[in-house]
Amino acid sequence: MKTLYQSLKERFTPGELTEQRDGLAFLTVERDQLRPMLGHLRDSEGFGHLVLLTAVDWLEEGQFQLTYLLSNRKKQQDIGLRVMLPREDASMDTIHDLWPTAATYQRELREMFGIDFPDSPRVNEEFILEGWKDLPPYRRDFDTLKYAQATYRDRPGRETRDPAKHMKEQLYPDKD
Amino acid sequence: MYQPDRSQYPQKRVDGTLDIDLKSGKYLKLWQGPQHPGVTGNMSIELTVCGDEVVDAKTHVGYLHRGFEKLMERRTFMQVFPIVCRVCVPEPDFNEYCYAAAVEELAGIEIPESARWIRTLILEMGRINSYLMYLGGQAGAFGQGVIGQWTTYVRDLMLDRFEELTGARIYHMFILPGGVRGHLPEGFSGRMEETLREIESVMDDVEKVMFQNAVFKKRSIGVSVIDPALLDSYGITGPNARAAGVARDVRTEQPYLVYPELELEAVIGHDSDIFTRAEVRRRDLLMSIDLVRQILAKMPLEGAVMTKLPNVLHWKIPRGETFIRGECSRGEYGYYVVTDGSGYPRRVNVRGPSYTHSIALFERLIINANISDVAGTLVSLHTYPPEVER
Repeated sequence: MKTLYQSLKERFTPGELTEQRDGLAFLTVERDQLRPMLGHLRDSEGFGHLVLLTAVDWLEEGQFQLTYLLSNRKKQQDIGLRVMLPREDASMDTIHDLWPTAATYQRELREMFGIDFPDSPRVNEEFILEGWKDLPPYRRDFDTLKYAQATYRDRPGRETRDPAKHMKEQLYPDKD
Repeated sequence: MYQPDRSQYPQKRVDGTLDIDLKSGKYLKLWQGPQHPGVTGNMSIELTVCGDEVVDAKTHVGYLHRGFEKLMERRTFMQVFPIVCRVCVPEPDFNEYCYAAAVEELAGIEIPESARWIRTLILEMGRINSYLMYLGGQAGAFGQGVIGQWTTYVRDLMLDRFEELTGARIYHMFILPGGVRGHLPEGFSGRMEETLREIESVMDDVEKVMFQNAVFKKRSIGVSVIDPALLDSYGITGPNARAAGVARDVRTEQPYLVYPELELEAVIGHDSDIFTRAEVRRRDLLMSIDLVRQILAKMPLEGAVMTKLPNVLHWKIPRGETFIRGECSRGEYGYYVVTDGSGYPRRVNVRGPSYTHSIALFERLIINANISDVAGTLVSLHTYPPEVER
C-alpha cells in the first residue's frame, strides 16, 4: 500500500492514507482529481473491480462523503477513495464510462441522497421509491420516526419501551 | 443453421437511443413480474418485444424496500442485529457475519477460536440451502417442477439442523459481534451427516434428471453467455464469474475465518452459459457438503464461543470506516460500515452481488434473447431483490 501511495503522490495530490488493515486503505481525494485517479488505478495499477460506490452524510460538517471502493484481485488490495462534497446542491462527475455498472449506484445516490450525477444514464428516473416528494430519505436530516408517525397509525394497544431505560430499571435501578 | 445478425437490431437513432416506435404496431411492451413464477423474488422487468425477441429491457425494483440501511442508523450496534439478516432471506448468515466482523474490527475485538469454526459452519450450511433453492428455481424456469420439490425437501432437512443449532429456521441471528450464541448441541454431527447423505442422494437424482435431461440442455447450453471481458466492467463475481473460467472466490483469494485451514479449490467452468452456471453451482454445493464434513471433523468442541463485550446498551465505537467481504452463494458480499464515535452506526452500506448482476448485467444480457429465455436467464444469475433495495 505504501508503494502505491508513493506512486499516486507522484501524479496527484492525495490526502493522508488511512490503513485500516493489511490490504485495505482509505484516501481522501480532491473532486477534480477523482476521475483521473480512478482511471489511473484501473488501467495502470490493476484496480479493475469497482466494489461499491456509496455516500455518507456528515450533516454536522455540512458535507457528503462519496466512497469509491476499488479492488485489485491479484495483489489482494482494496482502496477506498473518499471525495467530500458540500451538501448544498451536491453534484459529482459521473463514472459510468469507466464502469457501466456505476450508473446504477449513481441512480440510487441521486434518489436517496439527492446527489446529482449529470450525464449518467437514466439518473433522474425513479429507482426504488415511486412518487416520492419529500426530502431524499437517506439524508441525516430526514427523520424516519417523524415520517412514520405522520404517515401511519400505531396498532392499538401497542406500547414502546426505550431498551436502555428498560434494562436499567430491570437490572440496576440504583446506579446512574 | 441460419443465424440472423441482430447486432444492429433494433436500429439506433443518431443520438444512440433505440429507434422503437410503439405506435408502429411492430413492438409490444410487456411486464414480467413483480408476481411471476419466472422472476426471482419481487422484481419486475419491463420488456419491449418484437415478435418473440426482446429488443429492450428495464429492471424495476423497489417492491421490497424497507429502508434497512436507514433504520440501522437509528439503532445501537446490538439492535441492528434483527435487521441485517433480513437483507437476504434465503442466505441471511452472510449479513450477520459481515456486519459482526466489521463491528469487531472497528471496536478492536478478537473472537474465540471456536466461534470462528462455528461461523464458518453456519455460512457453509447457508450456502447449501441457497444453492438448493436456486437449483429448484432454475429447473422450474424451464418447466421441470419436480426438481424444486426434491430440493425443497432436503432444504427442509437442513433447516431442521439450523433449528436445533440456532433455534430458528430462516433468520438465525446466531452470529453476534464478539462470537456466536452457543456451541453445537449434543449429537449434532451425527444428525448432520445423515442430512448430508440425504442431500447427496437427492443431488445424484438431480444430476440425472436435470443435468442429463435433453430439454434442459437444449434450453440452457449456449444461452445467455457472459463474455469474460465484461467481468470487471460489470462487477461480476461468484459463480457467474467462475462459470466464465475465472477463479473468483473470496474463500480462496482472501481467505477469512477458518478457510485457510480447510481444503478447498474454486470451482470453475468454461462455457459461461446457463448450463455451465448451474453446473458450477451444483459442484460448489458438493464442495460445501465436503467443507461441512471437514469443519465438523476438525473443529474444537470446547472453549468459549463469545468474548466479553462492553455493556452493549452504552457501547460507543470510535470514528472509523471499514469494509468486510465474504463469498456468499451468489458472489462477493460485503458490508461497508462507518462509525462516528457515537453509540450508533453513522452509515451501513450493503454490497450485494445481485446489485450489479440483476440490473446492469441482466439488462445487457437479455437484449436479442428469445422471450422464453428471460426467466431462465434471470434465475441463472441467481439474484435476490432485497439485496438491491435494502
